[in-house]
Amino acid sequence: MTTAPSAPPVPSRALAALRRDRGFLTGAVIAGTMVLVAVTAPLLAALAGQDYTTYHDGLLDSARGGVPIGSFGGISGEHWLGVEPGTGRDLFARVVYGAQVSVGVALGATFLEVLLGVGFGVAAGLGGRWLDAGLSRVIDLVLSVPVLVMAISLLAIVPQDWPRPLLLATVIAVLGWGGTARISRGETLTLRTRDYVAAAQVAGAPWWRVARREILPGLTAPILTYAALLLPTNMVVEAGLSFLGVGVRPPTPSWGQMLSSATTWFRADPFYVFLPGLLLFLTLLSFVLVANGLRRALDPRQREVLR
Amino acid sequence: MTLLKVDDLRITFSDKPAVDGLSFELAAGGSLGIVGESGSGKSTAALALLGLTSGQVTGEIAFDGVDLLANPPWKEIRGARITMVFQEPLTALSPFHTVGDQIAEVYRLHTGASRRAARERAVEVLGQVHIPDPVRRAAAYPHQFSGGMRQRALIAMAIACRPQLIIADEPTTALDVTVQAQILDLLDEVRATTGAALLLISHDLGVVAGSCDSVIVMRQGRAVEAGATERVLLSPRHDYTKALLDAVPKPGTRKLEPGEPLLRVKDVRKHFPQPRRGSLRKPPPIRAVDGVTLDVHAGETLGIVGESGTGKTTLARMMVGLTSPTSGSITFDGVDIGRRRGRSVQMVFQDPLSSLNPRRTVGESIADPLRLRGVRDPRAEVSALLERVGLAASEYDRYPHQLSGGMRQRVGIARAIAPAPRLIVCDEPVSSLDVTTQAQVLDLLEELRGELGLSLVFVSHDLAVLRRIADRVAVLKDGVVVEIGPTAEVYEQPRHAYTKELLAAVPVTDPVAARRLRALRSTVSG
Amino acid sequence: MIGYLIRRIAGAALVLLALSAIVYALFYLAPSDPAILTCGKGCTPERLADVRAAMGLADPVWTQYWHFLEGVFTGRDYPAGPDVRHCPAPCLGYSFETDQPVTALLLDRIPVSFSLAIGAEVLSLAIGVGAGLLSGARRFRWLDRLVNGLVLAGYAVPVFLVGLLLLLLFCVHLRWLPFPTYVPFTTSPLLWAQNLLLPWISLAVIQTAAYARLTRAGLQETLAEDHIRTARAYGIPERRILRRRALRGALLPLITLTAVDVAAIMTSAVLTETMFGLPGVGQLLVGAVNQIDLPVVVGVTLLTGLIIVIANAAADFLYAAVDPRVQLR
Repeated sequence: MTTAPSAPPVPSRALAALRRDRGFLTGAVIAGTMVLVAVTAPLLAALAGQDYTTYHDGLLDSARGGVPIGSFGGISGEHWLGVEPGTGRDLFARVVYGAQVSVGVALGATFLEVLLGVGFGVAAGLGGRWLDAGLSRVIDLVLSVPVLVMAISLLAIVPQDWPRPLLLATVIAVLGWGGTARISRGETLTLRTRDYVAAAQVAGAPWWRVARREILPGLTAPILTYAALLLPTNMVVEAGLSFLGVGVRPPTPSWGQMLSSATTWFRADPFYVFLPGLLLFLTLLSFVLVANGLRRALDPRQREVLR
Repeated sequence: MTLLKVDDLRITFSDKPAVDGLSFELAAGGSLGIVGESGSGKSTAALALLGLTSGQVTGEIAFDGVDLLANPPWKEIRGARITMVFQEPLTALSPFHTVGDQIAEVYRLHTGASRRAARERAVEVLGQVHIPDPVRRAAAYPHQFSGGMRQRALIAMAIACRPQLIIADEPTTALDVTVQAQILDLLDEVRATTGAALLLISHDLGVVAGSCDSVIVMRQGRAVEAGATERVLLSPRHDYTKALLDAVPKPGTRKLEPGEPLLRVKDVRKHFPQPRRGSLRKPPPIRAVDGVTLDVHAGETLGIVGESGTGKTTLARMMVGLTSPTSGSITFDGVDIGRRRGRSVQMVFQDPLSSLNPRRTVGESIADPLRLRGVRDPRAEVSALLERVGLAASEYDRYPHQLSGGMRQRVGIARAIAPAPRLIVCDEPVSSLDVTTQAQVLDLLEELRGELGLSLVFVSHDLAVLRRIADRVAVLKDGVVVEIGPTAEVYEQPRHAYTKELLAAVPVTDPVAARRLRALRSTVSG
Repeated sequence: MIGYLIRRIAGAALVLLALSAIVYALFYLAPSDPAILTCGKGCTPERLADVRAAMGLADPVWTQYWHFLEGVFTGRDYPAGPDVRHCPAPCLGYSFETDQPVTALLLDRIPVSFSLAIGAEVLSLAIGVGAGLLSGARRFRWLDRLVNGLVLAGYAVPVFLVGLLLLLLFCVHLRWLPFPTYVPFTTSPLLWAQNLLLPWISLAVIQTAAYARLTRAGLQETLAEDHIRTARAYGIPERRILRRRALRGALLPLITLTAVDVAAIMTSAVLTETMFGLPGVGQLLVGAVNQIDLPVVVGVTLLTGLIIVIANAAADFLYAAVDPRVQLR
């Protein structure tokens, strides 16, 4: 009788793998910083002594069409990242408040999607033939909705005075939970054929106990991996919607909307394109690095090999 | 004349030896069996003969005067002079090309024959391995073949170029016992008609017993014993060979004292509706279990034997109330089984890894049924259970992947006896274990049955295992019990033709008996 | 096969019907009243009532929806003052803004979106599969690294950011290309391609990396399969194995993906079209959204839904066509 080499249990092994993953660590640090910036935006703006609405006409070169005076978009001790061309609003304040919208909407939408997707997916996977057939059709329907088109249209007809960031997150989530649901359903269908689920049933466990103890823990890894990739995707969608002008309403800033207004300035003030673009890229890249690290650490196939 | 001579073969993977000084000779037209449990290095050695291993190879392999370790002209050897039959017929053939094309491709490559001639040869060899209607079947894809047919096709490919040596690496492990017998007979026949030598690799002593002139028993990369098949199997010298032979299940000796009927299965059917394929009309359902009536008496072990697809797992799952029958009734102590779940009937599953939640400790898995019974702090009870099945109480906090297969199955048994059941249904509980572990687990089940006053239903494809453990045996075919009776009676005087066929197909380790059975099979199939 | 076909089409039709009902309900029952919007500024209650009647808004919702469906399948008549205006099937109504039939507006725009999607797809397939095969067959280490990096970056760069940077570089700084304007293929294929080059590239960047990774993973997975080992054991040369067996397995997942991706590009090219000023379906939508031109919005949404449904069905058929193991049922 041979004894398998003793290895630590799955979760701590995944953690150990993550701790060694340099890409993941870098991503986690940047992502963490961005989330922190988003949460503490009012504090940071107060620290800089600026807000995102005050116009500073005096800092603009009216002869050149309203481009900030000074190099790099008018960076100074007052305005750490310069000012916005055309209006002279403080860019630092706008960028940190923009982080609030971009990161907040993406996180909110992802959270909602996971909630909806796992709920529907597990219900379809555990329910009987008819429930599964019905819910699967609903999931198919959601998957064939053209997300961006539908989101643009919906956001356009909703009254403008509804709370925009919350609305954005909800719309993105309601249109985009299909993928999570499909994965949850598939995983649930696989998990329920496992003999340990049968064993729990033979022991007399009711269905909700089976779902909570045997199915949901098995879903954590694939859903976490998938959700980690949803986060940057949702962020891109938010940025795109704001870029098209159906996102948050002015004067609330968002990185996508800053990029959009930058398109009219990119000859005169390239720094204005550069700033939100770089921030968006960095944040997205950090999320992707985190997701990639999670996938590598939790990938079931790699776990099979270790087993 | 010696065809293949292997001398002091060593194969290492990053400094770990897989084969550690193996030497043997194989005469032209001869047959040699290599037997060993998993991890013995037998397959690695076989792949090395074709230069297909990624490990470091030293030693000497001489094939018909060619040094196979000195960069030989592989193009002329692989697939032409040495061919190979693999374990998994399902995946060994390309899914994208027809069977005929794949054989023809190999034939053309090595003989330079025309397309037409190659296609004709493919049909010819398919006929030679007894594939019915070879012209039509040559145009079929591998997935349209059954497992046994695929293995035949692979053997057809192996003989297409008239090789001098055929290496068969566990060629029957994935197959049912009757199909296994057919394939082994075919290999024997092919060897006789083509004059090729056969190197047969298996974990099963019974498989090589009837097919090989000589045998090598391997363990941890070394040959522990080698010699003529009869000598090795009938008078083994090495302890390991003896242990292997001892582990092969022997007939049980217990006397049956029938008790009251405990579980009554009455005319039970289970039909699975089939998805529509192609046509709009609904196809008839699959009749997995089609009218089974039997009783399980208190204190007995009822064996249920059947090959894959006979409905034995469906029947087992209905017996514990996991699946409800389409019609008929299953009662336990007079109460419908669907309402009795959780206490008196438990189950032990085939794959102990899949039957334990990988994300929970084994202790937690065993504690679950106790908690459902209302036990608040089951740790002490679980520890006792662990010790009862021969594990240390400290295994409580380990995860399933940290245990060996045999230990996991012990955990599965501990979980099954935790709620103090009266009947345990075991679905192929030992089929995924090595023979030595298998014997230990069977011993444990026997012990527990006596000690706890259990009744057992033991579902298996393995006739030898059932003969050892069961008091009565039911033979299942196509969802119907074709024969049921006391074990000794069924084994010694089988009445149904299918039972006879099954019994004739069982590999036995006695070479003389194996040859007698082969002769019997050829008369049965005529 | 025929049975499958019928059920698949019926299923797709049901999905579309459900989608249309949802879209219709959402947009026509939305808080913004289309009659007020059409009526415009200085609207009197009498005129509003007329507009309502003319638009059929006075009827119950399901009657309105029924008329809408009728319009799609058989065409419908609109009262236009004293006259009646016939809108032939498939009728999606008239734009509130320009009063043109929505169907005609859509048909005008489809070639642009289609050019965009097909070009980007071809470009990314060609480069992605090529790079994936080379790195999968372990020819170049550096290519492997590049593909890996690009895949990560691909997720992290929104299309409009790539487009913006490309415009900045090639049209503003280097002045190698003019600002894109759409030239129909039939007018001048060369100008057509030249003007679409930047949009294609900006769409293809991400896709290319994804294809390269898929191809590489597929190739390596296939090469590790048992039947490849069989082929090697039977002396089939490595190049032949690669060409005849591995390639097929590696490219299978891509084939299904292609159909779905073309649809995805077409339906999400809103940003690209807006950025490069291409008169496609997406740009039509953005314009209509800003004017709250509901018939156009509904039309575009349904069209994109249709494209996705068709693409999904096409993907299933393609998959069954290339893999003999797959049986449609």
